[in-house]
Amino acid sequence: MGQTITVTVNGTAHTADVEPRTLLVHFLREQLTLTGTHIGCDTSTCGCCTVHLDGEPVLSCSVLAVQADGCAVRTVEGLSEGGELHPIQQAFHENHGLQCGFCTPGMMMTALGVIEQNPQASDDEIREALEGNLCRCTGYQNIVAAVRSAADQMARS
Amino acid sequence: MIPSTLEYTKASSIDEAIAAVQAGARPLAGGQSLMPMMRLRLAAPGAVVDLGGIAELVGVCEDGDEIAVGAMTTHRAVAADPLIGEHCRVVAQAASGVGSLVIRGRGTIGGSLAHADPHGDLPAAILAVGGAVIARGPGGERRIEIGDLITSYLTTSLADDEIITQVRLPKGNGRSAYAKFHRRAIDWSIVGVGVAIGADGVRAAATGVADRPVRLAGFEAAINGGASAEEAARAAGEGIDPTADLDGSTEYKRHLAGVLAAQAHQAAQG
Repeated sequence: MGQTITVTVNGTAHTADVEPRTLLVHFLREQLTLTGTHIGCDTSTCGCCTVHLDGEPVLSCSVLAVQADGCAVRTVEGLSEGGELHPIQQAFHENHGLQCGFCTPGMMMTALGVIEQNPQASDDEIREALEGNLCRCTGYQNIVAAVRSAADQMARS
Repeated sequence: MIPSTLEYTKASSIDEAIAAVQAGARPLAGGQSLMPMMRLRLAAPGAVVDLGGIAELVGVCEDGDEIAVGAMTTHRAVAADPLIGEHCRVVAQAASGVGSLVIRGRGTIGGSLAHADPHGDLPAAILAVGGAVIARGPGGERRIEIGDLITSYLTTSLADDEIITQVRLPKGNGRSAYAKFHRRAIDWSIVGVGVAIGADGVRAAATGVADRPVRLAGFEAAINGGASAEEAARAAGEGIDPTADLDGSTEYKRHLAGVLAAQAHQAAQG
């Protein structure tokens, strides 16, 4: 039995019929074909599926799509505007903050949450804030450097 | 994985939530424990009632000699709350270390207690300060002390049609701290200990050493009797019998309880 929901994703309102058991991540990936948000685990451990729900970073595997009814969702696809990379994307590019890229969408959405919640975050605070996002390639150094650089850039602009 | 088929309603008042729970729905708080269990089909409720739309369940205020914390207040809000920080620092510290940033932004204090994970940090921290919950059901409200709330692994004394509406934290526990040990930042605590130095002495409570949070009577008796923290740490294992598992042996966990109790006691004095 479906329920009708309206979710504004990256600025566009989508009305859709979903089963109540549908996870937000499946709604985004399968119904809206926004496959930038990844699924890396089944245990809320990896952080790959992080999106923003009404401005708060959340694990989209731990939220039902019906819970997002009436809410605004921002995914990695919503970072760049007008063909310009978002400062976080630019910083990951410049600092080589990724190798295979699987964790990157979640990493960037968490990074955005960290910077929004604590614009003056120290390197230690950045590391701590990324504790829920697993990367199996980089060893994290370049990711922290990228978030540092993005935070500085966003503070200047 | 995908949860099994369910019906979803969002309650806009506590009464509405209780009516849904009476009809068999499972309360869904922040969803940071229940949703993973539903994904893995460890839980398969036929219906859930979302408590996320009930404004009166969110927020922190003073109420006489206690702090009243709405059950749907998130870990992040608890960790940053000035009243809790001033009067029950151990609870704020425990909340600041739950899961990761995204989990703390959604997980709630009431949900943690109702879930009753035997490795949960908040139950031990709240036991250390002698907190309680207010539960509401069709027949009205009742107060349940934390020591009587959690009765075993993932099990509470809440009736099927009751929900936690408030957590009550006694003031006067500003000198308190939480210490825990885990291997990775986002892991559950292997053992965690909350210590509060109150007017009637030192209270210590641990998670991860039993099927529920427990007071460390050996540590408390020793430290309140004038023993050094080091001596009291050795006594912390008395009366607890943690289950050996992949995280460590019974002896190792007893040792951890002592070390962490001494650390928390030290930090509580600052």
